[in-house]
Amino acid sequence: MQMPSPDARVMAKKAQVVARLTEALGDRGVIYDPAETRAYECDALTAYRCPPLCVVLPATTEEVSAALRICHEENVPVVPRGSGTSLAGGALPTADSVILGVSRMNRVLETDTADRIIRVQTGRTNLSVTGAVEELGFFYAPDPSSQLACAIAGNIAMNSGGAHCLKYGVTTNNLLGVTMVQMDGTVIEIGGAYMDAAGLDLLGVICGSEGQLGVVTEATLRILPKPEGALPVLMGYDSAEAAGACVADIIEAGVLPVAIEYMDRPCIRACEAFAQAGYPDCEALLIVEVEGSADEINHQLETILKIARDHDPVEIRAAQDADEAARIWLGRKSAFGAMGQINDYMCLDGTIPVSALPEVLKRIGELSDQYGLGVANVFHAGDGNMHPLILFDANKEGDLEKCEEMGADILRLCVEVGGCLTGEHGVGVEKRDLMTVQFEPQDLEAQMKVKDVFDPKWLLNPAKVFPLAVSEGRRA
Amino acid sequence: MIRPGSEAELAEAVRDASGPLSVRGGGTRGLLPEGTPLTTSGLSGIVLHDPAALTLVALAGTPVEEIDATLARANQRLAFEPMDHRALLGTKGTPTIGGVVAANVSGPRRMQVGAARDHLLGLRFVDGEGTIVKNGGRVMKNVTGYDLARLLAGSRGALGVITEVALKVLPGTETTANLVIHGLDDATAVRAMSDALGTPFEVSGAAHDPHAPDGPRTELRLEGFGASVAYRCQALAERLKAHGSWETETDRDAVRAHWRGIRDAARSTGGRAMSGASRCVQARRPPSWRGPGPRRPSMIGAAGWCGCACRRETTCARGWAAMMATPRWSARPPRSTPHCRRRSPSLRRCSA
Repeated sequence: MQMPSPDARVMAKKAQVVARLTEALGDRGVIYDPAETRAYECDALTAYRCPPLCVVLPATTEEVSAALRICHEENVPVVPRGSGTSLAGGALPTADSVILGVSRMNRVLETDTADRIIRVQTGRTNLSVTGAVEELGFFYAPDPSSQLACAIAGNIAMNSGGAHCLKYGVTTNNLLGVTMVQMDGTVIEIGGAYMDAAGLDLLGVICGSEGQLGVVTEATLRILPKPEGALPVLMGYDSAEAAGACVADIIEAGVLPVAIEYMDRPCIRACEAFAQAGYPDCEALLIVEVEGSADEINHQLETILKIARDHDPVEIRAAQDADEAARIWLGRKSAFGAMGQINDYMCLDGTIPVSALPEVLKRIGELSDQYGLGVANVFHAGDGNMHPLILFDANKEGDLEKCEEMGADILRLCVEVGGCLTGEHGVGVEKRDLMTVQFEPQDLEAQMKVKDVFDPKWLLNPAKVFPLAVSEGRRA
Repeated sequence: MIRPGSEAELAEAVRDASGPLSVRGGGTRGLLPEGTPLTTSGLSGIVLHDPAALTLVALAGTPVEEIDATLARANQRLAFEPMDHRALLGTKGTPTIGGVVAANVSGPRRMQVGAARDHLLGLRFVDGEGTIVKNGGRVMKNVTGYDLARLLAGSRGALGVITEVALKVLPGTETTANLVIHGLDDATAVRAMSDALGTPFEVSGAAHDPHAPDGPRTELRLEGFGASVAYRCQALAERLKAHGSWETETDRDAVRAHWRGIRDAARSTGGRAMSGASRCVQARRPPSWRGPGPRRPSMIGAAGWCGCACRRETTCARGWAAMMATPRWSARPPRSTPHCRRRSPSLRRCSA
């Protein structure tokens, strides 16, 4: 993976840039000591690191505006950062860039249960948004696995999803308005405490633009009333085909569970060893969660279990109480940690049409044999968002490269069967060079024209999303 | 009228155009701007329906009726419930799926399941230079590149001519029931609907008609499996009893027909209120295709707050008080901005 070489002119005026930023933001708002900027050298895609020129941590929208205006005048690239949990390298800096972190801006500005909205500063973590409205009987629906740590700013930048978006949608479906600062420091308001603002849906294009169009400092989010109850059921199958067919039948039957999660044998074993969730040792495990009152849950489970039994399950277990429910989810939620204990891994994020599931799993198995690298599959089966974890040894020469090649092959496969490169993690730098697999040059050109409008100098997170060769003529 | 029979022909027509094009699907939304008419009705047909993946791909000119019929055979539907404007506007023609997406047309279920654009998985379009562009895809979760599909949804043909759309579809429901209360004044009705939407009972439509034949009528729609709907009707009525006593309407087909009337802002009985609504809409119709003005002329609540740029209180005296918790409705007064004040003349008090 290549990053553009740092601009020597920018590197040479570090002292001047730092001085101007410090003047605007105060000592507390600027980090430039190399020992301290090191904390910002990467995000959760730790394979790539580079300390930034400096880091600014503004406390208000006005400070964000001031910092961006200075960087704009000085022609310094800016890499916006939420909590740094991106798996795609969305917050990876270059040596000539300023990291703009929103972590100090984490206040709740307004909650309104009559209109069912919450307005927050975007440094606030995903889970603490729900935390702010939980006692009122509401929650914020998108629930990425990193929700304890990840910031709303990053959720908006990457259009994050989660396990429960089969029913509730992803960030873009739950975002009503933003306050955004453009690269030249202009502050704009888009949308608000109501649905479907007039005019073009700029909110829709800002959400998921990976910090390339502006820095979102405040967001108005939909909150939903908490369901009366929820219950997961666990089903084990002896083949991926049987599990895949079961998922398809559940969806076709008109039951719409809130979540359908899938794990394969390597993943089941790792989770079981790690969390002792009581999972059966089988080829494929499904966790299906339904919501409602006790009677409603029972009614939905009846339908689901009848379908499940038609596919010869190895085991079926509905949680009888909250403890059992927690245990069923425990294994799934610790999947990434469990895998990390065994090996280094790379987590992919392609989406495929649900109907292609058995075929894709088979071909991932073949690729695994071909490359000699193990793969564990854990994913959101209901919406076809796959997370194959490719296992490799970071200390072994050439293993990372091999792993990346295999990852690229899996993502090409996702596109080939009618899917896409990334379902919820974003393109970042990780999938940047594969964009030409999914898009024709004119498709990318149309997207880049949008960036031209919001950021004519291409200073905001410029080396992401678009292959460097494609964006070369535009970047400073 | 230019009527291309393929995407390639359409791209050529755009490239060859010497002046503005007036892009239309079936021409049923009453939005016919200046320019040489160009219709997508020649691009018609369902390309793919994958029921297990909850996905449908169709060419832009495909009639909505054809899509509804195909989906119904698999017990599925377009959950965002696109409004049919013909009755309200007195237009003729066949609503197309491309028109639905281009105008982001949704219905009463919008507040529960999202708008048309929330169900748009991807599209193909021809831009103003005649270049064919695709964006998004046909899978449920996709963050690959910028979401131009959402930008095109609701852009009314101003950014490109949509040629194909991929939509998320959802299962149909077993039954539908209505909770109804009579005699609430507008402000109380707004509170009651707001309270209902704050419960976990999954209200899929909320409407208040202050000029119903038997006096003000406020209603809440519940959908799902029979036992679940029955339970939620009862639980919701109990939760909302402070507002009075709620009746339950359980005749599924009658309730559905009634809500189609609400969706289309065309009361099934027709008559007085219909024409009132119609005049009201005329007054709000945007001056031109590309001009500013309210984006969707229909369904501004009787005493709600308009959600368009001006966000002024609107009163539609005889209009189909379609509060319905549509996108524009909000339970509280909005903050106004200088930007809005500039535009406010386009929205006026309707005295029909």
